[in-house]
Amino acid sequence: MSTIRIPPVLRTAAGGSKTVEVAGATVGEAIAALVAQHPALRDQVLAADGSLNRFVNVYVNGKDVRYEQELATPVGPTDTIILLPAMAGGR
Amino acid sequence: MPKSFSDLMREARSQIREVNTAEAVDLVASGARLIDVRESSEWEEGHIPGAVHIGRSYLEQQIEGAVADRETPVVLYCAGGVRSLFSAQVLAEMGYTNLASMKGGFQAWKSEGRDWTKPVVLSKEQKTRYSRHLLIPEVGAEGQARLLGSKALFIGAGGLGSPALLYLAAAGVGTLGIVDFDVVDLSNLQRQIVHTTDRVGRKKVESAAETVRALNPDVTVVPHEEMLTEANVERLIAGYDVILDGTDTFETRYTLNDAAVRAGIPVVHASVFRFEGQLTVFIPNEGPCYRCLYPSPPPPELAPGCSVAGVLGVVPGTMGLLQATEALKVLLGIGDTLSGRLLIYDALDATFSELRLRRDPHCPACGDGAPVASGSGVFTLKGGFGTSTGANA
Ligand SMILES: [Zn+2]
Repeated sequence: MSTIRIPPVLRTAAGGSKTVEVAGATVGEAIAALVAQHPALRDQVLAADGSLNRFVNVYVNGKDVRYEQELATPVGPTDTIILLPAMAGGR
Repeated sequence: MPKSFSDLMREARSQIREVNTAEAVDLVASGARLIDVRESSEWEEGHIPGAVHIGRSYLEQQIEGAVADRETPVVLYCAGGVRSLFSAQVLAEMGYTNLASMKGGFQAWKSEGRDWTKPVVLSKEQKTRYSRHLLIPEVGAEGQARLLGSKALFIGAGGLGSPALLYLAAAGVGTLGIVDFDVVDLSNLQRQIVHTTDRVGRKKVESAAETVRALNPDVTVVPHEEMLTEANVERLIAGYDVILDGTDTFETRYTLNDAAVRAGIPVVHASVFRFEGQLTVFIPNEGPCYRCLYPSPPPPELAPGCSVAGVLGVVPGTMGLLQATEALKVLLGIGDTLSGRLLIYDALDATFSELRLRRDPHCPACGDGAPVASGSGVFTLKGGFGTSTGANA
């Protein structure tokens, strides 16, 4: 099981969880497992065609999957996946 | 037997090697340290570039700090070559083995038309005000003078801008521009500490300027009481050395990013949400830009601002101070900035984590292909996007 860190903006849709344990050998499988547990997250993370939304960055162990193999990026059982949507707040 | 001045001179000359200016230049080029032993007032009128100033009266106390290894070659100079000769004798007594005194001193140096510089002189009051900066080698009088001559622009005098404004003002960053069209609201005061209760209803740029002036009269505040838009961004940011982005909307952040990339001005970026903050530095053509990090903005329902989602008041304080720190580093050219790294602060967990950011070669703003021309509409905004930067933002 790898760990997905849920950013504060998305926590409401994840039932308030800060981290979610998921099974899956790739980022795609892990995210599929995540949205299966928390369906409200689907539209926030994935586009209609099933690709990652462009405003959410996904990092595996600190590396941006855009520069790895996107959803096919492999994840190991001890890996941490970080979802990072843009935040604007500053005032 | 009392000695006359000429006796002392003869004695010193027999012990200390004298070199002419050309020989001094060669020695310094091959690793010798150059020490100016004149009074501070003389040093301030001009000195040899690269020299270290240790007045003769402080020589015994300070030389070990400046030249730890007694084998290091040292060339001393004064105004005419007398004081440096006697100073070298003192160093010889202290065990320094490789000493030379520059004949003719700074007068000879200048009359030969050699290069010299005049240090920026801080006033007596500034020397006291910035004394803790002057003590740090990485800042010093030169760095402080650089700060006093620097211009930082704040996009927003709100939660992030407030603490950064206070500290950059305190640090003596000479010109602080503030872009904000808002008025102070009572709900701002939970975190926007540059404003005060009795200024509720007044313009934020005025309120912030008042606080800054009271803190440090060295600082000039340039108020820009307008909303940053595609139309005015180029004019607003022109001439600034660094920009602190503390806005509340994606629209402003993308507009600012594209203009700053075009103008080549570094942006210290921070954003906050409830208990969490993100921070990075965008240095045009060196590291990634905001569009490299987030190619497109999220839809409004996924991007609530502080006015909708709330924020622990101290979190923008923490992030704003980190912005101020990065801005000072950019201005001074010291340390490693957060360029290419995103720092994430989680106040509830009390953790800082870091993610590597990459420059996107296909980035529409800073990528290889296409610099965004002004008003090219790469990022077109639909009405009602994000939150308003209204009074309660
Ligand atoms: Zn870019």
